[in-house]
Amino acid sequence: MQYLLLIYGNEEHFGKLTEAEQNGVLKEYGEFTKSIAQSGHYRGGNELAEISTATTVRVRDKKRLVTDGPFAETKEQLGGYYLIEAKDLDDALAVAARIPSARWGSIEVRPIVPHDMP
Amino acid sequence: MDVERIYREESGRILATLIRLLGSFDLAEEVMQEAFAAALEQWPKRGFPDNPRAWLVSTAHHKGVDMLRRRTRFDSKRDELQRLAELEQQLSEAEENMLRPDGVSDDRLRLIFTCCHPALVLEARVALTLRTLCGLTTEEIARAFLVPLPTMAQRLVRAKQKIRDAKIPYQVPPKRELTERLEAVMLVVYLVFNEGYSASSGDAAIRRELCAEAIRLGRLICELLPGENESHALLALMLLHDSRRAARVAGEGEVVLLEEQNRDLWDHEQVREGLGLVESAVRGGAAGSYALQAAIAALHAQQRALKRQTGSRLLRSMRRCCGCSHRPWLN
Repeated sequence: MQYLLLIYGNEEHFGKLTEAEQNGVLKEYGEFTKSIAQSGHYRGGNELAEISTATTVRVRDKKRLVTDGPFAETKEQLGGYYLIEAKDLDDALAVAARIPSARWGSIEVRPIVPHDMP
Repeated sequence: MDVERIYREESGRILATLIRLLGSFDLAEEVMQEAFAAALEQWPKRGFPDNPRAWLVSTAHHKGVDMLRRRTRFDSKRDELQRLAELEQQLSEAEENMLRPDGVSDDRLRLIFTCCHPALVLEARVALTLRTLCGLTTEEIARAFLVPLPTMAQRLVRAKQKIRDAKIPYQVPPKRELTERLEAVMLVVYLVFNEGYSASSGDAAIRRELCAEAIRLGRLICELLPGENESHALLALMLLHDSRRAARVAGEGEVVLLEEQNRDLWDHEQVREGLGLVESAVRGGAAGSYALQAAIAALHAQQRALKRQTGSRLLRSMRRCCGCSHRPWLN
Protein backbone atom coordinates (compact mmCIF):
# COMPACT_ATOMS: atom_id res chain seq x y z
CA MET A 1 0.00 0.00 0.00
CA GLN A 2 1.23 3.50 -0.81
CA TYR A 3 1.28 6.46 1.54
CA LEU A 4 2.13 10.10 0.96
CA LEU A 5 4.15 11.61 3.78
CA LEU A 6 3.54 15.37 3.81
CA ILE A 7 6.23 17.32 5.58
CA TYR A 8 4.93 20.40 7.39
CA GLY A 9 7.13 22.86 9.17
CA ASN A 10 7.71 26.51 9.79
CA GLU A 11 9.70 27.85 6.84
CA GLU A 12 11.30 30.54 8.96
CA HIS A 13 12.78 27.87 11.16
CA PHE A 14 15.11 26.69 8.41
CA GLY A 15 16.07 30.24 7.42
CA LYS A 16 17.18 31.03 10.96
CA LEU A 17 19.70 28.16 11.09
CA THR A 18 23.38 28.81 10.47
CA GLU A 19 24.84 27.56 7.22
CA ALA A 20 26.54 24.68 9.02
CA GLU A 21 23.25 23.68 10.64
CA GLN A 22 21.44 23.88 7.30
CA ASN A 23 24.03 21.64 5.73
CA GLY A 24 23.61 19.23 8.63
CA VAL A 25 19.86 18.99 7.98
CA LEU A 26 20.39 18.48 4.25
CA LYS A 27 22.91 15.76 4.92
CA GLU A 28 20.52 14.05 7.28
CA TYR A 29 17.79 14.18 4.64
CA GLY A 30 20.18 12.66 2.11
CA GLU A 31 20.97 9.79 4.45
CA PHE A 32 17.32 9.25 5.29
CA THR A 33 16.34 9.13 1.59
CA LYS A 34 19.10 6.67 0.90
CA SER A 35 18.04 4.44 3.77
CA ILE A 36 14.40 4.24 2.67
CA ALA A 37 15.50 3.55 -0.89
CA GLN A 38 17.55 0.64 0.42
CA SER A 39 14.71 -0.69 2.57
CA GLY A 40 12.40 -0.65 -0.47
CA HIS A 41 10.00 1.99 0.86
CA TYR A 42 10.95 4.87 -1.43
CA ARG A 43 8.73 5.62 -4.43
CA GLY A 44 9.43 9.32 -4.81
CA GLY A 45 9.82 12.57 -2.99
CA ASN A 46 10.79 16.20 -3.35
CA GLU A 47 11.43 19.38 -1.49
CA LEU A 48 9.04 22.19 -2.42
CA ALA A 49 10.13 25.77 -3.11
CA GLU A 50 9.08 28.35 -0.51
CA ILE A 51 5.41 29.13 0.02
CA SER A 52 5.99 32.65 -1.43
CA THR A 53 6.35 30.98 -4.83
CA ALA A 54 2.95 29.29 -4.63
CA THR A 55 0.15 30.12 -7.04
CA THR A 56 -3.41 28.82 -6.74
CA VAL A 57 -5.74 28.30 -9.66
CA ARG A 58 -9.49 27.72 -9.68
CA VAL A 59 -12.01 27.50 -12.50
CA ARG A 60 -15.44 28.97 -11.83
CA ASP A 61 -18.10 29.35 -14.52
CA LYS A 62 -15.49 28.22 -17.02
CA LYS A 63 -13.35 31.18 -16.00
CA ARG A 64 -9.86 30.69 -14.71
CA LEU A 65 -9.03 32.46 -11.47
CA VAL A 66 -5.38 32.68 -10.60
CA THR A 67 -4.28 34.00 -7.21
CA ASP A 68 -0.97 34.48 -5.55
CA GLY A 69 -0.28 32.32 -2.53
CA PRO A 70 -1.13 28.90 -1.17
CA PHE A 71 -4.59 27.32 -0.93
CA ALA A 72 -4.66 28.04 2.79
CA GLU A 73 -2.51 30.20 5.03
CA THR A 74 -1.21 28.05 7.86
CA LYS A 75 1.33 28.42 10.62
CA GLU A 76 3.22 25.41 9.32
CA GLN A 77 3.66 25.05 5.59
CA LEU A 78 3.95 22.07 3.31
CA GLY A 79 7.63 21.95 2.53
CA GLY A 80 8.09 18.60 0.86
CA TYR A 81 6.84 15.05 0.55
CA TYR A 82 7.80 11.43 0.20
CA LEU A 83 5.76 8.80 -1.60
CA ILE A 84 6.40 5.42 0.01
CA GLU A 85 5.31 1.82 -0.27
CA ALA A 86 4.58 0.38 3.19
CA LYS A 87 3.14 -2.81 4.58
CA ASP A 88 0.53 -1.00 6.70
CA LEU A 89 0.00 2.19 8.70
CA ASP A 90 2.41 1.15 11.45
CA ASP A 91 5.13 0.60 8.87
CA ALA A 92 4.38 4.01 7.28
CA LEU A 93 4.41 5.74 10.68
CA ALA A 94 7.77 4.21 11.50
CA VAL A 95 9.21 5.66 8.27
CA ALA A 96 7.53 9.03 8.87
CA ALA A 97 8.96 9.26 12.38
CA ARG A 98 12.48 9.03 10.92
CA ILE A 99 12.08 12.07 8.64
CA PRO A 100 14.38 14.72 10.12
CA SER A 101 11.62 17.39 10.12
CA ALA A 102 9.48 15.20 12.38
CA ARG A 103 11.66 16.50 15.22
CA TRP A 104 10.62 20.15 14.72
CA GLY A 105 7.68 20.04 12.31
CA SER A 106 4.90 17.53 11.63
CA ILE A 107 4.46 14.73 9.14
CA GLU A 108 0.98 14.02 7.84
CA VAL A 109 0.60 10.42 6.69
CA ARG A 110 -2.05 9.93 4.01
CA PRO A 111 -2.94 6.61 2.40
CA ILE A 112 -3.05 6.72 -1.39
CA VAL A 113 -6.27 5.52 -3.03
CA PRO A 114 -5.24 3.39 -5.98
CA HIS A 115 -6.78 4.14 -9.37
CA ASP A 116 -6.03 2.42 -12.63
CA MET A 117 -4.79 4.63 -15.44
CA PRO A 118 -7.79 4.99 -17.75
CA MET B 1 -25.69 -22.56 30.10
CA ASP B 2 -27.51 -20.19 27.81
CA VAL B 3 -26.72 -18.43 24.57
CA GLU B 4 -27.03 -14.99 26.10
CA ARG B 5 -24.34 -15.74 28.65
CA ILE B 6 -22.07 -17.15 25.98
CA TYR B 7 -22.60 -13.95 24.00
CA ARG B 8 -21.63 -11.86 27.00
CA GLU B 9 -18.52 -13.87 27.78
CA GLU B 10 -17.32 -15.01 24.41
CA SER B 11 -18.38 -12.46 21.79
CA GLY B 12 -15.18 -10.44 22.22
CA ARG B 13 -13.03 -13.49 21.60
CA ILE B 14 -15.12 -14.74 18.72
CA LEU B 15 -15.15 -11.36 17.02
CA ALA B 16 -11.39 -11.01 17.50
CA THR B 17 -10.78 -14.27 15.69
CA LEU B 18 -13.30 -13.50 12.94
CA ILE B 19 -11.73 -10.12 12.21
CA ARG B 20 -8.37 -11.81 11.73
CA LEU B 21 -9.86 -14.51 9.51
CA LEU B 22 -12.08 -12.26 7.40
CA GLY B 23 -9.97 -9.10 7.43
CA SER B 24 -12.95 -6.82 8.02
CA PHE B 25 -14.60 -5.46 11.17
CA ASP B 26 -17.98 -5.01 9.53
CA LEU B 27 -18.18 -8.41 7.92
CA ALA B 28 -16.98 -10.07 11.14
CA GLU B 29 -19.67 -8.32 13.18
CA GLU B 30 -22.37 -9.18 10.68
CA VAL B 31 -21.59 -12.89 10.48
CA MET B 32 -21.07 -13.19 14.23
CA GLN B 33 -24.60 -11.89 14.78
CA GLU B 34 -25.87 -14.40 12.23
CA ALA B 35 -24.03 -17.24 13.92
CA PHE B 36 -25.54 -16.33 17.28
CA ALA B 37 -28.97 -16.16 15.68
CA ALA B 38 -28.40 -19.65 14.28
CA ALA B 39 -27.29 -20.84 17.72
CA LEU B 40 -30.44 -19.46 19.33
CA GLU B 41 -32.49 -21.41 16.87
CA GLN B 42 -30.54 -24.68 16.74
CA TRP B 43 -29.05 -25.26 20.19
CA PRO B 44 -32.27 -25.56 22.16
CA LYS B 45 -33.45 -28.21 19.67
CA ARG B 46 -30.27 -30.16 19.00
CA GLY B 47 -28.42 -29.56 22.22
CA PHE B 48 -25.37 -27.44 22.97
CA PRO B 49 -22.16 -28.23 21.08
CA ASP B 50 -19.14 -29.44 23.08
CA ASN B 51 -17.22 -26.31 22.23
CA PRO B 52 -19.73 -23.49 21.68
CA ARG B 53 -17.07 -20.95 20.77
CA ALA B 54 -15.57 -23.19 18.09
CA TRP B 55 -19.04 -23.85 16.71
CA LEU B 56 -19.80 -20.14 16.56
CA VAL B 57 -16.50 -19.18 14.96
CA SER B 58 -16.72 -21.86 12.33
CA THR B 59 -20.38 -21.15 11.56
CA ALA B 60 -19.70 -17.42 11.29
CA HIS B 61 -16.59 -18.02 9.23
CA HIS B 62 -18.46 -20.17 6.72
CA LYS B 63 -21.14 -17.51 6.46
CA GLY B 64 -18.47 -14.87 5.94
CA VAL B 65 -16.80 -16.79 3.15
CA ASP B 66 -20.18 -17.43 1.51
CA MET B 67 -21.02 -13.78 1.72
CA LEU B 68 -17.71 -12.77 0.18
CA ARG B 69 -18.20 -15.32 -2.56
CA ARG B 70 -21.61 -13.90 -3.38
CA ARG B 71 -20.29 -10.36 -3.39
CA THR B 72 -17.40 -11.37 -5.60
CA ARG B 73 -19.76 -12.71 -8.21
CA PHE B 74 -21.19 -9.22 -8.64
CA ASP B 75 -17.96 -7.43 -8.29
CA SER B 76 -15.20 -9.63 -9.61
CA LYS B 77 -12.16 -7.63 -8.75
CA ARG B 78 -8.87 -9.44 -8.84
CA ASP B 79 -7.99 -8.52 -5.25
CA GLU B 80 -11.29 -9.85 -3.99
CA LEU B 81 -10.83 -13.15 -5.79
CA GLN B 82 -7.37 -13.55 -4.40
CA ARG B 83 -8.61 -12.76 -0.91
CA LEU B 84 -11.32 -15.36 -1.29
CA ALA B 85 -8.86 -18.04 -2.32
CA GLU B 86 -6.79 -17.25 0.75
CA LEU B 87 -9.84 -17.39 2.98
CA GLU B 88 -10.92 -20.76 1.76
CA GLN B 89 -7.49 -22.11 2.36
CA GLN B 90 -7.55 -20.69 5.86
CA LEU B 91 -10.88 -22.20 6.67
CA SER B 92 -9.79 -25.67 7.72
CA GLU B 93 -6.56 -24.39 9.19
CA ALA B 94 -8.49 -21.95 11.35
CA GLU B 95 -10.74 -24.57 12.77
CA GLU B 96 -7.75 -26.50 14.03
CA ASN B 97 -6.06 -23.42 15.43
CA MET B 98 -9.12 -22.32 17.25
CA LEU B 99 -8.91 -25.21 19.61
CA ARG B 100 -5.44 -24.09 20.63
CA PRO B 101 -6.02 -21.57 23.43
CA ASP B 102 -2.92 -19.44 22.71
CA GLY B 103 -4.03 -18.60 19.18
CA VAL B 104 -7.28 -17.14 20.46
CA SER B 105 -5.73 -14.97 23.15
CA ASP B 106 -3.42 -13.53 20.48
CA ASP B 107 -6.50 -12.50 18.55
CA ARG B 108 -7.93 -10.58 21.48
CA LEU B 109 -4.65 -8.83 22.01
CA ARG B 110 -4.60 -7.90 18.33
CA LEU B 111 -8.09 -6.52 18.68
CA ILE B 112 -7.16 -4.46 21.75
CA PHE B 113 -4.17 -2.91 20.04
CA THR B 114 -6.07 -2.16 16.84
CA CYS B 115 -9.06 -0.62 18.62
CA CYS B 116 -6.76 1.47 20.81
CA HIS B 117 -4.44 2.53 17.99
CA PRO B 118 -3.21 6.09 18.56
CA ALA B 119 -4.10 6.92 14.94
CA LEU B 120 -7.76 6.81 16.02
CA VAL B 121 -9.30 9.71 17.90
CA LEU B 122 -9.58 8.92 21.61
CA GLU B 123 -13.41 8.90 21.76
CA ALA B 124 -13.48 6.44 18.88
CA ARG B 125 -10.95 4.18 20.59
CA VAL B 126 -13.09 4.05 23.70
CA ALA B 127 -16.27 3.38 21.71
CA LEU B 128 -14.72 0.76 19.48
CA THR B 129 -13.21 -1.08 22.45
CA LEU B 130 -16.55 -1.20 24.25
CA ARG B 131 -18.33 -2.27 21.09
CA THR B 132 -15.98 -5.02 19.96
CA LEU B 133 -14.20 -6.32 23.05
CA CYS B 134 -16.96 -5.83 25.59
CA GLY B 135 -19.91 -6.47 23.28
CA LEU B 136 -21.85 -3.37 24.37
CA THR B 137 -24.40 -2.16 21.85
CA THR B 138 -23.95 1.17 20.10
CA GLU B 139 -27.00 2.41 21.97
CA GLU B 140 -25.57 1.44 25.36
CA ILE B 141 -22.31 3.20 24.58
CA ALA B 142 -24.16 6.30 23.40
CA ARG B 143 -26.18 6.35 26.61
CA ALA B 144 -23.10 5.82 28.77
CA PHE B 145 -21.31 8.80 27.22
CA LEU B 146 -24.43 10.98 26.89
CA VAL B 147 -24.00 11.25 23.15
CA PRO B 148 -26.90 11.01 20.67
CA LEU B 149 -27.12 7.57 19.07
CA PRO B 150 -26.42 8.75 15.49
CA THR B 151 -23.29 10.56 16.67
CA MET B 152 -22.00 7.43 18.35
CA ALA B 153 -22.86 5.26 15.35
CA GLN B 154 -21.07 7.71 13.08
CA ARG B 155 -18.03 7.65 15.35
CA LEU B 156 -17.84 3.87 15.11
CA VAL B 157 -18.31 3.88 11.34
CA ARG B 158 -15.54 6.44 10.87
CA ALA B 159 -13.14 4.50 13.09
CA LYS B 160 -13.74 1.28 11.19
CA GLN B 161 -13.36 3.13 7.91
CA LYS B 162 -10.02 4.49 8.99
CA ILE B 163 -8.83 1.06 10.12
CA ARG B 164 -9.68 -0.25 6.66
CA ASP B 165 -8.63 2.67 4.45
CA ALA B 166 -5.44 3.70 6.22
CA LYS B 167 -4.65 0.03 6.81
CA ILE B 168 -4.18 0.07 10.55
CA PRO B 169 -2.69 -3.38 11.05
CA TYR B 170 -4.37 -6.15 13.01
CA GLN B 171 -1.38 -7.20 15.02
CA VAL B 172 0.34 -7.03 18.37
CA PRO B 173 2.98 -4.30 18.05
CA PRO B 174 6.64 -5.32 18.04
CA LYS B 175 8.51 -5.21 21.37
CA ARG B 176 10.16 -1.84 20.73
CA GLU B 177 6.76 -0.15 20.29
CA LEU B 178 4.95 -2.11 22.98
CA THR B 179 5.37 0.34 25.87
CA GLU B 180 4.17 3.30 23.85
CA ARG B 181 1.24 1.40 22.40
CA LEU B 182 0.29 -0.14 25.73
CA GLU B 183 -0.02 3.38 27.14
CA ALA B 184 -2.68 4.13 24.56
CA VAL B 185 -4.50 0.95 25.54
CA MET B 186 -4.33 1.73 29.26
CA LEU B 187 -5.67 5.22 28.66
CA VAL B 188 -8.77 3.76 27.05
CA VAL B 189 -9.34 1.37 29.95
CA TYR B 190 -8.77 4.19 32.44
CA LEU B 191 -11.28 6.44 30.65
CA VAL B 192 -13.90 3.71 30.57
CA PHE B 193 -13.43 3.21 34.29
CA ASN B 194 -13.56 6.94 35.03
CA GLU B 195 -16.72 7.36 33.05
CA GLY B 196 -18.29 4.61 35.11
CA TYR B 197 -16.90 5.86 38.40
CA SER B 198 -17.67 9.56 38.28
CA ALA B 199 -21.06 10.11 39.84
CA SER B 200 -21.80 13.08 37.64
CA SER B 201 -23.92 11.72 34.84
CA GLY B 202 -25.65 8.86 33.11
CA ASP B 203 -27.77 6.12 34.62
CA ALA B 204 -26.39 4.06 37.46
CA ALA B 205 -26.71 0.61 35.89
CA ILE B 206 -24.68 1.56 32.84
CA ARG B 207 -22.05 3.27 34.95
CA ARG B 208 -21.64 0.13 37.04
CA GLU B 209 -21.31 -1.87 33.87
CA LEU B 210 -18.59 0.44 32.54
CA CYS B 211 -16.55 -0.08 35.72
CA ALA B 212 -17.01 -3.82 35.47
CA GLU B 213 -15.98 -3.80 31.81
CA ALA B 214 -12.91 -1.67 32.54
CA ILE B 215 -11.85 -4.10 35.25
CA ARG B 216 -12.48 -7.01 32.91
CA LEU B 217 -10.30 -5.37 30.25
CA GLY B 218 -7.67 -4.62 32.87
CA ARG B 219 -7.61 -8.28 33.87
CA LEU B 220 -7.44 -9.35 30.27
CA ILE B 221 -4.42 -7.16 29.58
CA CYS B 222 -2.66 -8.46 32.70
CA GLU B 223 -3.44 -11.99 31.66
CA LEU B 224 -2.27 -11.54 28.08
CA LEU B 225 0.81 -9.43 28.87
CA PRO B 226 1.84 -10.69 32.30
CA GLY B 227 5.20 -8.91 32.33
CA GLU B 228 3.80 -5.36 32.19
CA ASN B 229 3.84 -3.91 35.71
CA GLU B 230 2.13 -0.65 34.84
CA SER B 231 -0.98 -2.48 33.67
CA HIS B 232 -1.05 -4.43 36.94
CA ALA B 233 -0.98 -1.07 38.71
CA LEU B 234 -3.91 0.12 36.59
CA LEU B 235 -5.92 -2.97 37.50
CA ALA B 236 -5.09 -2.43 41.18
CA LEU B 237 -6.16 1.20 40.95
CA MET B 238 -9.52 0.23 39.51
CA LEU B 239 -10.10 -2.60 41.98
CA LEU B 240 -9.32 -0.41 44.96
CA HIS B 241 -11.64 2.40 43.91
CA ASP B 242 -14.37 0.06 42.82
CA SER B 243 -14.20 -1.74 46.17
CA ARG B 244 -15.67 1.36 47.80
CA ARG B 245 -18.58 1.62 45.40
CA ALA B 246 -21.26 0.61 47.90
CA ALA B 247 -19.97 2.96 50.60
CA ARG B 248 -19.42 5.92 48.34
CA VAL B 249 -22.97 7.01 47.64
CA ALA B 250 -25.66 7.63 50.25
CA GLY B 251 -29.36 6.97 49.85
CA GLU B 252 -30.14 10.20 48.05
CA GLY B 253 -27.24 9.76 45.66
CA GLU B 254 -24.89 12.20 47.36
CA VAL B 255 -21.22 11.33 47.56
CA VAL B 256 -19.90 10.21 50.96
CA LEU B 257 -16.37 11.38 51.69
CA LEU B 258 -13.75 8.76 52.36
CA GLU B 259 -13.46 9.60 56.09
CA GLU B 260 -17.16 9.16 56.60
CA GLN B 261 -17.61 5.98 54.63
CA ASN B 262 -18.87 2.85 56.35
CA ARG B 263 -15.95 0.54 55.80
CA ASP B 264 -18.03 -2.56 56.36
CA LEU B 265 -19.58 -1.79 52.99
CA TRP B 266 -16.22 -2.02 51.19
CA ASP B 267 -15.56 -5.10 49.12
CA HIS B 268 -12.71 -6.46 51.21
CA GLU B 269 -11.89 -9.27 48.82
CA GLN B 270 -11.33 -6.68 46.09
CA VAL B 271 -9.29 -4.51 48.46
CA ARG B 272 -7.03 -7.45 49.22
CA GLU B 273 -6.54 -8.28 45.59
CA GLY B 274 -5.82 -4.63 44.79
CA LEU B 275 -3.28 -4.27 47.58
CA GLY B 276 -1.45 -7.38 46.44
CA LEU B 277 -1.31 -6.10 42.88
CA VAL B 278 -0.02 -2.64 43.87
CA GLU B 279 2.72 -4.17 45.91
CA SER B 280 3.94 -6.51 43.21
CA ALA B 281 3.63 -3.83 40.51
CA VAL B 282 5.66 -1.27 42.45
CA ARG B 283 8.20 -3.90 43.42
CA GLY B 284 8.40 -4.85 39.75
CA GLY B 285 9.35 -1.28 38.87
CA ALA B 286 6.05 0.40 37.97
CA ALA B 287 6.43 4.12 38.60
CA GLY B 288 4.04 5.77 36.19
CA SER B 289 0.89 7.70 36.95
CA TYR B 290 -1.28 4.60 37.42
CA ALA B 291 1.18 3.13 39.90
CA LEU B 292 1.24 6.41 41.78
CA GLN B 293 -2.53 6.67 41.91
CA ALA B 294 -2.80 3.03 42.88
CA ALA B 295 -0.32 3.60 45.70
CA ILE B 296 -2.43 6.49 46.98
CA ALA B 297 -5.55 4.36 46.78
CA ALA B 298 -3.71 1.62 48.66
CA LEU B 299 -2.77 4.04 51.44
CA HIS B 300 -6.40 5.08 51.72
CA ALA B 301 -7.55 1.51 51.85
CA GLN B 302 -5.10 0.60 54.58
CA GLN B 303 -5.56 3.51 56.96
CA ARG B 304 -7.99 2.45 59.66
CA ALA B 305 -9.18 5.95 60.44
CA LEU B 306 -8.30 8.52 57.90
CA LYS B 307 -7.47 11.90 59.43
CA ARG B 308 -7.53 15.23 57.66
CA GLN B 309 -3.79 15.59 58.11
CA THR B 310 -2.87 12.41 56.26
CA GLY B 311 0.82 13.21 56.28
CA SER B 312 2.97 15.02 53.80
CA ARG B 313 3.96 11.83 51.98
CA LEU B 314 0.48 11.33 50.63
CA LEU B 315 0.06 15.01 49.81
CA ARG B 316 3.33 15.03 47.92
CA SER B 317 2.19 12.02 45.94
CA MET B 318 -1.03 13.75 45.15
CA ARG B 319 0.68 16.89 43.99
CA ARG B 320 2.93 14.89 41.70
CA CYS B 321 -0.20 13.33 40.41
CA CYS B 322 -1.81 16.65 39.49
CA GLY B 323 -0.78 16.23 35.88
CA CYS B 324 -3.31 13.44 35.56
CA SER B 325 -6.54 14.61 34.05
CA HIS B 326 -9.72 13.39 35.66
CA ARG B 327 -9.72 11.99 39.18
CA PRO B 328 -13.18 11.88 40.70
CA TRP B 329 -11.94 9.77 43.64
CA LEU B 330 -9.79 12.58 45.01
CA ASN B 331 -12.91 14.25 46.38
